[in-house]
Amino acid sequence: MSLLRFTNKGIYCKKGDFYIDPWQPVDLAVTTHGHADHVKWGNKAYLCHDLTKPILHQRLGIDLKIETLPYNKQIDINGVKLSLFPAGHVIGSSQIRLEYKGEICVVSGDYKVEYDGISTAFEPVKCHTFVSESTFGLPIYKWHPQDLIFSQIKSWISNNHDQNKTSVLVAYSLGKAQRLLKGLEGYSSIYVHNSIANLNEAFIRAGVDLPETIRITADTKKEDLQKGIVIVPPALAEGRWIKNLINGSTGVCSGWMQVRASRRWRSADAGFALSDHADWPGLLSAIKATQAEKIFVTHGFTATFSKYLNEIGIDSEEVKTQYGNEEEEEKIEEQPTVKEDLS
Amino acid sequence: MRRFTELIQQLEMSNKTNDKIAALVSYFNEADELDKPFVIAMFTGKKPKRPVNTSLIRQWATELSGIPDWLFAESYHSVGDLSETIALVLPPAEHLTNRKLHEWINDLAGLHSKDEDDKKAFILNAWNSLETQERFIFNKLISGNFRIGVSNKMLVNALAKQSDTDANKIMHSIMGKWEPTEITYNDLVGGAHVNTNSSWPYPFCLAYALEMEPSSLGQPNEWQAEWKWDGIRGQIVKRNGELFIWSRGEELVTAQFPELHFLVDELEDGTVLDGEILSVKDGNVQAFSILQQRLNRKTINKVQLNDAPIGFYTYDILEYQGEDLREQTMAFRRNLLEKIISQIEKKDIIVLSPVVSFDRWEQLAETRQGARKINSEGIMLKKLESLYHAGRKRGDWWKWKINPYTVDTVMIYAQKGSGRRANFFTDYTFAIRDGDKLITIAKAYSGLTDKEIKEVNSFVVKNAIEKFGPVRTVKPELVFEIAFEGIAESKRHKAGLALRFPRIARWRKDKKADEINTLEDLRQLLTSTLANS
Repeated sequence: MSLLRFTNKGIYCKKGDFYIDPWQPVDLAVTTHGHADHVKWGNKAYLCHDLTKPILHQRLGIDLKIETLPYNKQIDINGVKLSLFPAGHVIGSSQIRLEYKGEICVVSGDYKVEYDGISTAFEPVKCHTFVSESTFGLPIYKWHPQDLIFSQIKSWISNNHDQNKTSVLVAYSLGKAQRLLKGLEGYSSIYVHNSIANLNEAFIRAGVDLPETIRITADTKKEDLQKGIVIVPPALAEGRWIKNLINGSTGVCSGWMQVRASRRWRSADAGFALSDHADWPGLLSAIKATQAEKIFVTHGFTATFSKYLNEIGIDSEEVKTQYGNEEEEEKIEEQPTVKEDLS
Repeated sequence: MRRFTELIQQLEMSNKTNDKIAALVSYFNEADELDKPFVIAMFTGKKPKRPVNTSLIRQWATELSGIPDWLFAESYHSVGDLSETIALVLPPAEHLTNRKLHEWINDLAGLHSKDEDDKKAFILNAWNSLETQERFIFNKLISGNFRIGVSNKMLVNALAKQSDTDANKIMHSIMGKWEPTEITYNDLVGGAHVNTNSSWPYPFCLAYALEMEPSSLGQPNEWQAEWKWDGIRGQIVKRNGELFIWSRGEELVTAQFPELHFLVDELEDGTVLDGEILSVKDGNVQAFSILQQRLNRKTINKVQLNDAPIGFYTYDILEYQGEDLREQTMAFRRNLLEKIISQIEKKDIIVLSPVVSFDRWEQLAETRQGARKINSEGIMLKKLESLYHAGRKRGDWWKWKINPYTVDTVMIYAQKGSGRRANFFTDYTFAIRDGDKLITIAKAYSGLTDKEIKEVNSFVVKNAIEKFGPVRTVKPELVFEIAFEGIAESKRHKAGLALRFPRIARWRKDKKADEINTLEDLRQLLTSTLANS
C-alpha cells in the first residue's frame, strides 16, 4: 500500500502530505471525528466535516485553523482526491476516502452500522484498502436493536420514579449523550452536565436539531432531578456528586455493558449495551461491503479480529495506533453541588 | 424461567443488600410453587449431577455459532464465564418459549439416561428457544454452579421475611438434608423435614477479626481465651446412632476422616460438638500444609493416614441429650464440654482445645506471640456470658490473629485479568532471589487499589520484555510485599516451596529489586514451621 503509512505520529498520506487522526502535532490533521483519542491539540491546520468543527472549537479552543467539507464532496490535496463519507459513529463522524491514480483507501476512524437517529447513517464505500477499528471485535458483542434498548431504559426510569429514585444515565458527552436525548425525547425533562450542555449548544448553533435539555447548575433542585432524567459523562459516574442526589441510581450506557462482569465492575445499578461502535456482525458486514483487498485494524481486539479476517480469506493486518480510549481521556470539570429544596 | 431470569437480573443490578433481599422476597411471593425449592437448592449450592459434560456443551456452542475454537477461547477469556460466553456467541433464538424453571431442571435431570444425540438435540433446541439472559441461566442450570452473590445468610434473611419465620429455624431447615423434588416450599421453610432427619448441623457461630486493642473489650475476667487453630472448622453430630461430620462449607465430610468414626460409640445420642479438624501427630498440631494432603480426597491411603493423622480439637457443645444448648452461656457450655470429653477414650484424637489463662491483656498479648510455635494463628476471645449465635455477630466472639508472614518480591510476569479485569494487567507473578537468578514464588492479583492497578498496568505496557500469549515478561523493577499464611514444600513449583493465601500486602515503592528476600530466607522459614510439629 503506497498511499498510507502508519507512522509514530499517526496515519500518514505521503502523496498528499497530510495525516489522518495524528496523535502528535503535524501540519495538516484530517480528522474523522471529535473524540479525544482521534483529535489532539497543536496541529497547524485541521480538515474535518462541517459538524465536527463546532466540536473541535468546543474541545480544543477557538484559536484553530479548521477547513470543513460536507459528505460526498471531493477536493484535491497535492493530487490526492479526498472526500468524506458518513461513519455513523457520532454527529459529524466521517470515513476519509482517498484516491490516487485509481488506488482507493478508506480510513474509517470509529463507526457503527445501525442508524442511531441523530448521526448521518453509515455508508459503505468500495475501496482497495480499508482501515477499520475493532473496539468490539469479538463474537460476544452483538447489539440488540436500539428500539429494544430504549424501551429497557424507559422501563428502568419508570421503575426508578416509582421507587422515588433519581435516574442518572452515564454516557459520553459527545455522541452517546445526544443519542440518548433523541431516544428519550418527550419522555421526561432531561437534565445534563455542563460538558454535555456545552456540546449541545455548539451543535444547536451549527444548526443541528436537538431535543430540549436543562443544564444542571448550582441552583438546580434535587427534587426536580428526581422527577426528571439526569445525564452525566463517565468521569462523574462514581463521584460524590451522585451520592448527593436523592436515591441516585446509575445506568451506564456502553457496549461494554454486554458482559456481566463489566456491569459489576462499573458498580452501576444498571447497564445498557448501547454502543456507538459496530458490533461483531456490523464490523464483518461493513468490511465485506467495502470489497477491499486489504484491511488494517487499528484499535480494539486487533490481533484477534485480524487473525479471524485472515482465516475467512480477507487479507488483514493489525497496526499499532493510539486510538481506542475515548472514555479515559475525557477530562471533566467538577459539577456544582445541587441544592436541597428548602421551601 | 422468565421470572427467575428477572430475579437474577435484579440481583445483579444492585450491590445493596437491602435491594437484593427485596428482590428475593418479591420473587418468593410471586414465583411458581414448584420452582421455589429448586431456587433455594441452587442458591445454597446443592448441585444436581451434571447431565452433559462441559466439553460437549462448549463444542456444540462453538459449532452452532460458526466460529473457530480459538475464537471461542478468546471470547471466553474476555467474558470470564463459560455459561455467559455461550449465551453471547450463539445466534439469536428463533422461537421463544416460556417454560417453568422446574420443568427445565427436571428435563435436564432426565437427560442422564439419554444418549449423546438426544442430549445434543435437547440442548440445541433449548438454546434456540431462549433469549440471551435466559440462555445464560439455562447454561448455569446445566453446570449447577450458581454463584450469584447471594450468601446463605442473605437468602435465609429473605426467606425469613417472606414467610415470617425465625431466621435461625430457616437456616436449620435449608442446611439439612432435603431434595427439591420431594419437598414443598412451605414444608421446607416451615422445617417439616428436619425433625425426622438426624444429620442437621447448627449454623456455625463465627467471629469477627479484632482490629482494636483487646483492652477495649473490657475486663479480662469476662473473657475466655483459646488458641485459634488453622484447620477445618467442623461440627460433629451424633443422633439416632449415626455420626455426621459437617465442615464450615456446610458439606458432609464424614467419610474423609475415619479417625473420628469411633465417636459413634463414645458420644451419646443427641450430642453436637463444635471444633477444628486438624492434623495432630504425637500430640502436636501440624501445619495446615500437612492437613491439606487429607482434604477433598475420595480415598485415603496408608501413607496419608500415617503422615497426616486427624484429630479434633473441640471447643464448644451445641446439643446434649437432644437439647439445644445455644441459649446457654459460653461458661455453662464449656463446663459441660469438659465433663463429656473427660469421659472419652483416645484423648489424642478428640482433644479439649485448651483455655489460655490470663489476668491482664498485656500478658495475653505476650502469650499470643508464641502462637506460631504451636501452629496456631493467634488467639480466640469469647465472652463467658455469650450465647451461641447463628453466623457472624459483632461483639461476643473475636479472632485476634497474629500478623501474617511477609516476603519482599519483585514482579516478573503480568497477565490481563479476565471478566471485569479483562482490560488491565492485574494478575502478577512474583519472584525472589536465588543467587543471581530470580525464581518465581507466588502469583497474586488482589490487594491493590484501582489507582495502583492502573499505575502498574501502565508500567507493564511500557516495560514488557517478552510476550507469551497473554503473559508479559516485565523488567524486574517493582517490589511488592507479599503477605501469606503458611509455607509448604511443593514439587510443582520451581522454588520447591508454595505459599498459602499469598496476596499483595503493599507496593514497596521505597525498595529496589536488589533488596528483595532470597530463597534461603524462605527455606529457613519452612524448616522452622515444620520443626513445630
